[in-house]
Amino acid sequence: MVDTLTPVLSEHWGTEKPWTLEAYEQTGGYAALDTALGMAQDDVIQLVKDSGLRGRGGAGFPTGMKWGFIPQGDGKPHYLVVNADESEPGTCKDIPLMMATPHTLVEGVIISSFAIRANHAFIYVRGEVLHVVRRLQRAVQEAYLAGHLGKDIHGSGYDLELTVHAGAGAYICGEETALLDSLEGRRGQPRLRPPFPAVAGLYASPTVINNVESIASVPSIVRNGADWFGSMGTEKSKGMTLYSLSGHVKRPGQFEAPLGITLRELLDLSGGVREGHELKFWTPGGSSTPILTAEHLDVPLDYEGVGKAGSMLGTKALQIFDETTCVVRAVLRWTEFYKHESCGKCTPCREGTWWLVQTLARLEKGQGEEHDLEMLLDQCDNILGRSFCALGDGATSPITSSIQHFRDEYVAHFEQGGCPFDPAASTLFAPAGATA
Amino acid sequence: MTEIQSSRLDEQTLAELREITTRYPQPRSALLPMLHLVQSVEGRVTARGIEACADLLGISAAEVSGVATFYTMYKRRPVGDYHVGVCTNTLCAVMGGDLIFERLKEHLEIGNDETTPHEEGRSSITLEHLECNAACDYAPVMMVNWEFMDNQTPESATRLVDDLRAGTEVHSTRGPRLCTWREAERVLAGFPDDRADEGPAAGPASLLGLDIAREKGWTAPASDRREVGTGEKSADQATAEGQAAGEGRTKDLGAQSAVGRAKSENVVEESEADTVGEDAGGTDARGKEDGS
Repeated sequence: MVDTLTPVLSEHWGTEKPWTLEAYEQTGGYAALDTALGMAQDDVIQLVKDSGLRGRGGAGFPTGMKWGFIPQGDGKPHYLVVNADESEPGTCKDIPLMMATPHTLVEGVIISSFAIRANHAFIYVRGEVLHVVRRLQRAVQEAYLAGHLGKDIHGSGYDLELTVHAGAGAYICGEETALLDSLEGRRGQPRLRPPFPAVAGLYASPTVINNVESIASVPSIVRNGADWFGSMGTEKSKGMTLYSLSGHVKRPGQFEAPLGITLRELLDLSGGVREGHELKFWTPGGSSTPILTAEHLDVPLDYEGVGKAGSMLGTKALQIFDETTCVVRAVLRWTEFYKHESCGKCTPCREGTWWLVQTLARLEKGQGEEHDLEMLLDQCDNILGRSFCALGDGATSPITSSIQHFRDEYVAHFEQGGCPFDPAASTLFAPAGATA
Repeated sequence: MTEIQSSRLDEQTLAELREITTRYPQPRSALLPMLHLVQSVEGRVTARGIEACADLLGISAAEVSGVATFYTMYKRRPVGDYHVGVCTNTLCAVMGGDLIFERLKEHLEIGNDETTPHEEGRSSITLEHLECNAACDYAPVMMVNWEFMDNQTPESATRLVDDLRAGTEVHSTRGPRLCTWREAERVLAGFPDDRADEGPAAGPASLLGLDIAREKGWTAPASDRREVGTGEKSADQATAEGQAAGEGRTKDLGAQSAVGRAKSENVVEESEADTVGEDAGGTDARGKEDGS
């Protein structure tokens, strides 16, 4: 029986200066790199395939399979790009990982690059996290000086350059092809697929783009084996992962557990919803995943379980809202976010998110009528599946799911001619008598 | 845009911009960090900064402008000494971010994306509301020059901006002493400062699950490989060996890479102590303790 929490990635976050190379190596760091360099590259890919590791950036695509798509012997340079542009609302797992133990990521980058035969890798980190950028820069510098990066790594004959690249504030750059355009020094706008990045990615060369947590999981798989990884989690969602609990809970924070834990279990660990309040709605994996309610407390938080409940596991960003929160206000704010972050490339998203905000704002002020709800759903229908990338699709998730679960609350807004909620009641400092 | 300044950036800046282009297989990839550097020197993205990037990359100024206007971190108007951001995405907004932002606008007498007037002996502040900054377990969150200021209230926020304006030394709640916005932009351009070792590894929320696991004795399953290879015990052992060998470790990196690397898993743990990096590049030889 596997324990409820299984710290692997977070195991050393509490030690003394765990971000230094010295601390990392003292806990076995860079030993997995030796193991990997002693293997055939295809065997490393096979190992990650066998482990069942699926992308931790939201989509859950099997990591090893993604690596396997890279054509070999094509004579072109290959690239590994780490997506460290963590910006999905609610998502806050990669930032603490890179802050505390950046070498876990760096070692993962080297092993993964070796496997896909890349000689240059990039960590594309969002620019708005300065101290994380510093820790990454330092870790990469240390790794070069110790011979973990550069020419002839560990005497294996394998060369790798690793560049830390800070973004400049654009949610869309978390979309992997937009990230590539951004990394090429352009506006971050998604590319038409096919060709897929595995064939024509960075500089039109074969490229793998993986999330931070996915790559950081690789050293533990190399160290402990595919069976070990698969002994955690569920049949199709294997391994340990970081769940981020935030919002109206007594103790918010990061919990590293086998895939398949439930929100009920996580809430128990964090002391439950804040005193005197009850769960109203929550996101399983960031704002782009349809919201769920107290009905779904026992849904296994793995890719299949959350999918079956009508949402998506996403980034495992569990944002918890209690009964003081107005769902219309919450959804309007997310919608404003999507409108702001829409890159403007395709019409359904650029125009659609603008109209969604107009319609929702009217509803929130109590100026709408029941017919507006149908219009809102119709607008969503014209965006979902018709926009160029997942940003537009994601923008519709909170709207359609909130109307599904809380239609009465929308209706109450225009019946009462305004929002029935006191926004001060949902703040953390509400008892201090904050005035709205 | 009218520039009442020399039409060219200084030579050192141009040299550093050129240096950034050499980090990438294709120079244009350097554009984002180059624009960060322009901001660190100019206090915003200026016309001459755009021209310099265009010249160095062999693309048009319009292309550079197109990029500069796409990303929210690039500013066309002068930014103050401190860029103060308040997250008003849903979760932070609901938990107090909206109130904090309102309070700060009132207190500083400026609106969104505006800067306090220049005053002798006081630092200036640019105020902006932000989208999610990936710190939701510390909501409501503020950022100063893109450093975390966790768990804020309207009162702590007004105190914070008062301290910044008065020039009092302020530390990030999960980071170092705050630098100025221009200094921060330089780091983002890929020119590190010396603050990586400042601040904690993690805040309390980041450690919550780990602390609970410790308390309950929960761990990840042991692996067969771990038992014969680098199990918990051997990690401790490696620490002890590392400490004992501290003095004797080679400083010569060339010699270090020549240290025989493990060929099989069984030897892996032995090689660890040998390969602990010790370098002239700023790593210190601390880390004498392994556990918390």
